Amino acid sequence: MASTQLTKKRVPASRSTVAMKYAMAVSGLIMVGYLILHMYGNLKVFGGQEAFDAYAHHLRTFGEPMLPYEGLLWIVRVALLASVLVHAWAAITLWRRNKAAAGYSGGKRYHSSKGATGVQRSYASFTLRWGGVIILVFIVYHLLHLTANVISPGGASDSPYQRTVNGFEIWWVVLSYTIAVLAVGLHLWHGIWSALTTLGQNRSKTRLASRLTPLAWFVSAVITIGFLLPPWAILLGITG
Amino acid sequence: MKITVRIWRQKGPEAKGTMVPYELDDVSEHMSFLEMLDVLNERLTLEGEEPVAFDSDCREGICGMCGVVINGIAHGPEVTTTCQLHMRTFNDGDTIDIEPWRAGAFPVVKDLVVDRGAFDRIIAAGGYITAPTGSAPEANNLPVPKIDADHAFEAATCIGCGACVAACPNGSAMLFTAAKITHLGLLPQGQPERESRVLNMVEQMDAEGFGSCTNIGECTAACPKGIPLDVISQLNRDLMGALAKPGSA
Ligand code: HEM
Ligand code: SF4
Ligand code: FES
Repeated sequence: MASTQLTKKRVPASRSTVAMKYAMAVSGLIMVGYLILHMYGNLKVFGGQEAFDAYAHHLRTFGEPMLPYEGLLWIVRVALLASVLVHAWAAITLWRRNKAAAGYSGGKRYHSSKGATGVQRSYASFTLRWGGVIILVFIVYHLLHLTANVISPGGASDSPYQRTVNGFEIWWVVLSYTIAVLAVGLHLWHGIWSALTTLGQNRSKTRLASRLTPLAWFVSAVITIGFLLPPWAILLGITG
Repeated sequence: MKITVRIWRQKGPEAKGTMVPYELDDVSEHMSFLEMLDVLNERLTLEGEEPVAFDSDCREGICGMCGVVINGIAHGPEVTTTCQLHMRTFNDGDTIDIEPWRAGAFPVVKDLVVDRGAFDRIIAAGGYITAPTGSAPEANNLPVPKIDADHAFEAATCIGCGACVAACPNGSAMLFTAAKITHLGLLPQGQPERESRVLNMVEQMDAEGFGSCTNIGECTAACPKGIPLDVISQLNRDLMGALAKPGSA
């Protein structure tokens, strides 16, 4: 077997798995940026109905008359849709490929029951793929609920504030929302570090020594807490 | 010491393998891990059984031949090569699981032996520099900043053992490939081929069927040579730079 022959079929580096990771990292970070803005909007619920509804209205009239009504919103929606599609496509393509690359034999990679949780892996790194699927399912449900108001637990309303409060007075709405937000938090706990490293920003010898790791923890903690405050405050009757 | 080893036995590339237990009554704690396997093999040979096939060459931690997965961890519990691991790391009465590297790109040849030819082909695709042969050049003609020299040297210590791939949950060869990209890319001699190198090595890495990196870092935890994780970001920076050049891809 001549091991120096480069006979395997090659695809250009611009379509390599590494390039795919760039697409995944950029699309992921676009969504993170959106989540931070979205969280800021949600926290307006503590300002009361007028502030919240005015903000929602403002988003729709932003840039008028240069932009049509809801113009900015549609730009953001298209960018987000593209990000989700690119991200999920790359995730699923690489997921399948990596499974084959890990060389399983008879349903298992290593038969030893020891060392199954790795040496220094984080719990979050185990949850990215199925966590991502949970997030995807939640996004669909969430849009049907609060954006389109096709499903309206607690009662439909023309006021975004009222829709939010009606929904979050119901325990199972808060519960499903909480699970999804925790899934996002875990996803970003590893994902933000991973994206920045994929984009060439890590200069440390190990994952835990890198400054990017606490940065990822901080941003994901802020996003998680920021998203959980409004629903729990409404459920517990602190606001709304 | 009394030790039970459970070893992956597989007759050939296409055969189905399985874990087979063997008991060893008289293991000295001063033995290296491979000596323990030698003792087992002598016994198996005397008993007329097929000895366990495993790779080794230097037995001093520099050739990269000897990797096996011990108790689910590449090269076992110490951060060193299998040949440099000693039985004193284990306790009397322990059961030790020994398996070959698992990766789609490293097919099992027999028992614990895998074919790591994919690594050679990645190196052949770009892990070299072009230099005139003949009399040695004057060393002081090419100054290298100390920090780059140190970092390049650190990356150059990779022995191509494949533990990074065996430890990676995605079977990715990023640490190995990135170590070579960093080693040559930081030195002046590596500049002429810097862009073609990263393009060609990444293409070959994919063609061999290795997985993609999710920056988990198990590779660096398993690497007997302490190749640092930042080499992966270095590869990413080099590849982004090369792809940004018009007409590169
Ligand atoms: C649509 C459903 C989703 C799926 C199936 C999914 C799946 C994945 C997977 C498998 C990874 C790779 C893990 C790794 O690189 O270690 C990943 C990374 C990432 N995800 Fe997601 N994800 C989804 C949604 C999201 C959302 C909504 C966000 C942002 C809020 C996000 C942000 C990220 C980031 C920043 C990364 C790191 C990218 C990188 O490693 O280069 N993901 N995702
Ligand atoms: S990077 Fe480390 S683990 Fe990987 S082949 Fe080189 S020496 Fe072995
Ligand atoms: S036999 Fe050479 S490194 Fe172990």
